[in-house]
Order: sequence, then structure tokens, then C-alpha cells
Amino acid sequence: MAQTRLESARMPGAEDPAGRRGEKGGGMAGKRLKAVTGVLARQGILVAFALFLIGFALGSDRFLSADNIFSVIRASAIIGVMALGVTVVVIGGNLDLSVGSMLSFSTVLVVDLHDKIGPGPAILVTVLATLCLGAVNGVLVGVARLNSLIVTLGMLSAIQGLTLIYSGGKNVDIANPDGTWFSLFGRGYIADIPTPIVIFGLAAIVLHVAMAYTPFGRRIYATGGNPTAAVFSGIRRSRVVFSTYLISAFTVAIAAVILGSRVMGSQNNVGQGYELQVLAGVILGGTSLLGGSGTIWKTVIGVLILGFIQNGLLLLGFQYYVQWLVTWVVIILAVWLDIAAKRGRLLSPIA
Amino acid sequence: MAQRFKTSPLGWLARNPIWGFIVLIFIFFSFANPYFFAIQNFQNILVQTSTIGLIALGMTLVMINGNIDLSVGAVVALAASLCIDIQGWAVFASWGNWAILPGVAAALTAGVALGALNGLIVWKTGVDAFIVTLGAMLGVRGLVFVYTKEQSFFAMNFSFSDFGSSNLGPLPTLAVIFLICAVAVHFLLARTVHGRNSYAVGGNRSAAVNAGIRVGPHMLVNFMIVGFFAALAGVTLSSQMGAATPNLGTNYELWVITSVVLGGTKLNGGSGDIVGTMGGVLAIGILRNGMNLMQVPAFYVLVILGMILIAVLLLDKQLNRKGKEEIRL
Repeated sequence: MAQTRLESARMPGAEDPAGRRGEKGGGMAGKRLKAVTGVLARQGILVAFALFLIGFALGSDRFLSADNIFSVIRASAIIGVMALGVTVVVIGGNLDLSVGSMLSFSTVLVVDLHDKIGPGPAILVTVLATLCLGAVNGVLVGVARLNSLIVTLGMLSAIQGLTLIYSGGKNVDIANPDGTWFSLFGRGYIADIPTPIVIFGLAAIVLHVAMAYTPFGRRIYATGGNPTAAVFSGIRRSRVVFSTYLISAFTVAIAAVILGSRVMGSQNNVGQGYELQVLAGVILGGTSLLGGSGTIWKTVIGVLILGFIQNGLLLLGFQYYVQWLVTWVVIILAVWLDIAAKRGRLLSPIA
Repeated sequence: MAQRFKTSPLGWLARNPIWGFIVLIFIFFSFANPYFFAIQNFQNILVQTSTIGLIALGMTLVMINGNIDLSVGAVVALAASLCIDIQGWAVFASWGNWAILPGVAAALTAGVALGALNGLIVWKTGVDAFIVTLGAMLGVRGLVFVYTKEQSFFAMNFSFSDFGSSNLGPLPTLAVIFLICAVAVHFLLARTVHGRNSYAVGGNRSAAVNAGIRVGPHMLVNFMIVGFFAALAGVTLSSQMGAATPNLGTNYELWVITSVVLGGTKLNGGSGDIVGTMGGVLAIGILRNGMNLMQVPAFYVLVILGMILIAVLLLDKQLNRKGKEEIRL
């Protein structure tokens, strides 16, 4: 922006006959520059993604191997699926911090019930129970209109307690991991692609279509963008918000099935801290926490960036926790550049 | 009449329902458990609440300002690790008990510096404080693990851990520190220009700007204060335990935010005070202590706390609805 202004200021200084042409050219160059910065601002996340990939590929020859890429995506699938649901909640103008402890609860439930009532019913019960938790969130935020940050913070603590009460504080596991079709979800392959990736991809496509091409999705965008205007145009706000929490709970249930099947066991606090990684992915994907904007497929990119950063740093020989430091910088930079592009200047104008 | 209600004790209680709640649970636990009503136990409660309480003091300032700080738990761990590690450095071996001083100083400096970093980013970039401190929460925790190499530190100097369990007159030293800090922050908030401007910035930022208040520096100072208190809490906590683990302070941000919100501070900023926050902190402290004495499993405490938080929110919504009729549906 600043560069554009500079250029058009310099152009009239050219000699007279060429002046008009020069100015015209300057305008065009300015337009092109503006277009470039516009693309950078809109697709900055993709550019950053490409830069990271190139950087890591130069640093480690194993990074770009098909094996490695598949394993990164498979590892990101659990956080990714949850991030899809949370993106919907955030687009609707709310937050969901309870997904981490909800994941603990659902994973413990599905693993524990697997040996008691069989895999099929266990999955069914888990999905229903998780939806119930999501419904509690939905009623409190959507119908009672409480602050979503505090409600889901309270639910985070409450569900953590619920998990511990259910399991009595003991870890659960599946007695015979090799003799059950439950292993399909976390360890299996569908057409040579690891199942978690297939599930992640399918969930992303379904939610993307739902958000981008259906009236239902448009209602969520409208509600998140301007709740009052949405209500005046005949949208039932509480129902929309309620349904976003159901979607997020459902994605948590899917993630729990993948996680339980992959580990074939579960600790009580397995999902602790996941809400942060999930939110980090959503934010990296450019979804505004104020609601009303964001897309599902960019969340996929955001989650993959986190996954590839983690993997790349490990391959380059850094300590595990260095990735958290890098995530810190990347999150703030991503949001900062996004905001800076929108307001047209790098620093905030507030005194 | 309305004026009299506002100044009467009953009116005060309506504005600070948490203190009514404290009286209720206090009476309940006094009757329900024979060990609850004892000077020794009250001292215990004060020491137990001092860690969360110290951070909550700073968090109240930040939240009145309309921001939030999620990184306090990680700062607690960093401060505790720095404090214990540095006082054991060979350089200070000949300093005797004075070796504690550089450790504490480094911890507090780190806290203030991280707070300043958060504040500066929020001020200069205009990124929401939630995102900035969410990043810092991950990043600072990573810093702790990288710094400690995933090891716990133990204090070799026993006078440091003795300090944590010492008494100053009738009260535990840590409780005295907490109470002094509470009075100081209350004074800062209620009686100084910075306090008044913090309310103004949180209540209506553009009005504050129009009134000539410099928004940024106030936010910066408040972030530095919460960083300082988080670091101080890390120091007192490590002094209680005589050790520091890299996982220290996990979930503290939840406890702190819960107690500040229980105390009536609004997330949107512009309202709240230290009296309320003290109420919130004490309510959680008494609940945890009382349920512990009654041997309620820790699991149930988590559920009950979550439900209380949501219940207070509901209650607050009911009490403060006047003048804000919204469209239903």
C-alpha cells in the first residue's frame, strides 16, 4: 500500500510528453502491485505454507517423501477433524474451548465401551453422548445467550471431571487390539490411503459444501457476521448457534473414534491442550474470532501447516518443544499480516 | 430510596453476590465438617488461594481493560524454573542466602518482560489479546521445556523453602504478601489516574481515545502488571514446594479467569473491582478446601466448579438485564 503511494508520487516527475504515459503506466504498475499485495493478503496462508514446505524440503531430504507426507497428514487428522467443527462454531461468532476435554471424554468412552458392548454400539453411544455435551454448550450459548468463552471454559473443567468420574481415574484399553474391526479407523487403509486421511478429507468436503453452498451455511455466516441483522432477516439465531455446537461435538466424536482406534487405549487427559492446537489451526486458517468470516478449506491448510512445521522441525533435529515457539510466532504473524492487509497499514493506529 | 438501597449493605451484596455465596458456603462447611472452622485451616486457605489470587489481581486489571491473558500459567512455570535454577548457579555459591535474590529478580524480570511483549504486540499490531496470549501460552510453555530440558529443579537452599512455610506474626508470610498486593492493586485501581483510565479504555475505547487517553500505554502497563504477578506467583509457589517442574501452572489461566469472572468482572471490560476478585478467589479457595476436608474426590470438584461458573453467569445475566432488552429467538 505504502509502496503504491510512493510509486505514483514519483511518476509525475518524469518528462512531460512521457509524463501522461508514465503516469498511466504507474497507475497500471500500481494496480498490479495492489493486486499482488491483495493476493498476498488474501492467500497469505498459502504462500506461507509453500515457503515452509520449500524451506523444510531444502533442509531435509526425507521431508518431501510420500511416506513422510502421508504420516504428517495422518497425524494431523485428529486435530484437523476437530478444527473443522470448531471453525463452524467460530464462523458462527462463538468459541469452543471444551473440545479438548470432550475428546478425552469421548475417547475414554469409546475405548471403555468397546470391550463391554462391542465396537458398533460403542461408537453409537459415544457419538450420542458427545452430541449431548455439545447440546449443553449449544443451549447455554445459543438459547441462554451466555458468553461462549466462559461457558466452554466451565464445560472444559466439568467434562474433565466427568471423564475422571466415569473412568474412576484409571486408564482404559482394548484387550485384543488385533482382533477387532475397530482398528480400521485409526490403523487401517481405504484404497491404500490411511483411513484417518480419508475421514478427514470427507469431513472437510462435506462441511465445506455445507458452509459454502447451502442456505444453512449462509445462515451461520450471517449469524456470526451480525447477529442482530441476522435475526431481523428471519434467521433463528439460537437454533443456528445450537447447531454449530452440535457439529463441533460431532467432529469431536469422529476424532475420538480415530484416536481410540489408533491408540487402542486412552488416558483420562488425552485431549488436554488440544483445544489450543485446534484453535491455532483455525486462526492460522484465517478465520476471524469475531465471527462471520473464514472458510473450511483454509482451516485444513492451517492444520496442515502446524503439522508440517512440527514434522519439519523434528526432521531438522530441533527439540520437540521448539515447534511451540515457532507456532507462537507463526500465529501472531499470520493474524497480524491479515489485519494489516485489511487496514492498509502495518501498525495499529491506536495511540 | 434508590440511593439508600445502593449504599446499604443489601445493595452492596446485590452488586457483589459472590460474598453472599462465600458466607453461605462458609457456614455450610463450618457445620458440615469439624476440621473446617479452625485458625490453622483459615491460614491454610489463605496460603492455598494466594497463588491463584496473586495472578487474579493482575488479570482483573487486564480484563477491566477489555483484554485477557491466557499465558499466565506458562509464565508461572517459567518464573519458578528461573528462580530455582538461578539461585543454584555456581556463580552465586558464595553468596549464602543472598543467592536467592538474583533468582527472584530474574523470575520477576522475565514475567514483566513477557507481559510487556504481550502488551506491546496487542498495542502495536492490533491483534486481539486472546490470540496474542494464546500464542504466548504455547510459546512460553515451549520456552520452559527448552530451558529446563524437561527436568525438574530442586532448591538446594532450604531457607528458600522455609520462607514459603514461615509466619509473619499470626499470618503465613505468603498470605501477608498476597493481602498487601491486593490492597496495593485496589488502591491502584480505585484511586489513581491509571486505574480510572483503565476502566475508561475497557468501557468504551473510542470514547477514551476521544477524551485524550492514550490507550496503548495503559494496556501495556496492565499486561506488565499481570506478568509481574504471574511471576511472583511462580516464585511463591516454588518456595512452597522447594522445587519447580516444567508442567507447573498448567490450567492456572482457567482457575484465574474463573475466579475473576466469579468476582463480577466483565469479559468485555469496563467493570469489575478487586473486592469482587478477592471474593471470587476466596470462594474457589474455600470450596476446594472444604470439599477436600469432606473427602469429595477431586473429580467432582472439577464438575462442581464448572457448574458454579456457568450458574454465576446465568445469575449475572438475570440480575443485570435491565435496560438491555434484546431480541429473542
